[in-house]
Amino acid sequence: MKEIVIISGKGGTGKSSICAALADLLQEDLVVADCDVDAADLHLILSPQASSSEDFYSGLIASIDPDKCINCGICKTACRFDAIELINDQHIVSGLDCEGCGYCYHVCPQEAISLEEQKVGQFMISETRFGCDLVHAHLGIGADNSGKLVAKVKSIAKDHGKKLNKNLLLVDGSPGIGCPVISSLSGADYVIYVTEASLSGLSDLQRVHELVAKFQVPGACIVNKADINPTVADKIHRFLTREKILHVGDIPYSEDFPKAISMGRTLIEENSEWWTPVFTKIWQAIKEKI
Amino acid sequence: MRVAIASGKGGTGKTTLAVNLATKAAETKSTVLVDLDVEEPNGALFIGGTPIAEHNAKRAIPNWDNVQCTLCGKCTSWCKFNALLKLGEMILVMPNLCHSCFACSELCPVDALPMQDESLGRISHFRKDKLDFVESRLDIGLEQASPLIGQTLSYIDSHLPGRELQILDSPPGTACAMVSAVKNADYVILISEPTPFGLHDLRLAVETIRQLKIPFGVVINRDGIGNDDIYQYLADEEIKLIAKIPHLRRIAELYSQGAMLYQEVPQFDAALTKILNTILESL
Repeated sequence: MKEIVIISGKGGTGKSSICAALADLLQEDLVVADCDVDAADLHLILSPQASSSEDFYSGLIASIDPDKCINCGICKTACRFDAIELINDQHIVSGLDCEGCGYCYHVCPQEAISLEEQKVGQFMISETRFGCDLVHAHLGIGADNSGKLVAKVKSIAKDHGKKLNKNLLLVDGSPGIGCPVISSLSGADYVIYVTEASLSGLSDLQRVHELVAKFQVPGACIVNKADINPTVADKIHRFLTREKILHVGDIPYSEDFPKAISMGRTLIEENSEWWTPVFTKIWQAIKEKI
Repeated sequence: MRVAIASGKGGTGKTTLAVNLATKAAETKSTVLVDLDVEEPNGALFIGGTPIAEHNAKRAIPNWDNVQCTLCGKCTSWCKFNALLKLGEMILVMPNLCHSCFACSELCPVDALPMQDESLGRISHFRKDKLDFVESRLDIGLEQASPLIGQTLSYIDSHLPGRELQILDSPPGTACAMVSAVKNADYVILISEPTPFGLHDLRLAVETIRQLKIPFGVVINRDGIGNDDIYQYLADEEIKLIAKIPHLRRIAELYSQGAMLYQEVPQFDAALTKILNTILESL
């Protein structure tokens, strides 16, 4: 099973819309994994049914037993994350700041600190109307384990795909270049970059490509909103040539993107006559490379 | 006053709003704009400016001292991030998994894991007319944005104290990086767009800001696309709708060139005035 990750660096370039369109085009051939766990939106288009869901625990969080605590403050001094506060003469752990390193637990002379497993999110396996299944997740507020949740979603999706004899795992990645993106790239066979013809789009593509190059994963690029700024589109094309990234298509600025999202449709469902040939051509070019 | 501009969904106009708001505010108030989207910072494309200072941000990583180490292996059980491994007669440190908690280093009975600074990223300070602009860039390949965000905010506190207005351009999402950027703000502006994606991610962002107990309001960008569900949501939840920015191709074109909008697009300038007034009233 081949694993293709869709990333962009910049948010809002059309990753999820393009991922949904490819799922629509390829139908039963694949499993889709939504690894933008911070802002997972793919389910709003693929409208999955019959979800099976499971809680995801990762990392620890400290808590202080007020009955045992003698307010010596050793834990507060040890903590590098300013996660222990003194409120009304009581040492308290701030859940959002605690990284679960356990340093406080080890230094507490009263054994007043305990470490508990933290529920950081939920993952689900769902059926879609396209015949492909979707593995997706929901991350809790402010959680710092999105990389681990991405790894979990990917490994569930991989096992699920292998069980069903699918040829392809299509991963919708996160914006940025940090832990969720790094986690989505690990083990990937191919990358699809979705960028837009703006200076920000180009700058973010360059940074995310520098990251991908460390993983030595080959890739193809779709330039969205290409007619918004032909000069920048041209710069992007030159960058792709120089970096040996396959340029698989320019997509003009189109109101079909928000329209389709608003109707809960894929681009192909929104306007098949226009979009089916566009994505067929894109997919043919990518298929030859994987 | 510290105002953070955030959104759950990426690409909804955080940077557009931040750079325009800061530039306009700087005409009358001492203002600093801080680009905290350290993974993909874009503010500099719009602001430019003269470089004032550069600062290399560091993070501390344990460095194994094979002479001191007795191979007791306790450090590997202390580390909750699996950043230390005992392999035969050596301790292997995996920097990318390390959270710089110092536990292994300070608990080691023979001081065999002294902390050593490694590069984390770069904080750059520019000035454009009366506006101070600070951006940070995370080194490519590093996973954790939050420590650099924290250091950037400390830089502002120590080098640019007393500015009347600090405008923070936050990273997208609702995970740790976004929380690190907004948690000490006096006011948060959430910017979204009227599509189901925009609404879904706005809900998550609202939940986050409510949990942090920070006053906030919402700006809707690209008004005219999608549907009205987001406005219904704001009304139902009694969330302040600060302003709407119309959906105009001209805005997308100017944005793509890295151009300022408010001098060019009157509807955008009107929205900006409302936003600025809302911020000042919230004081």
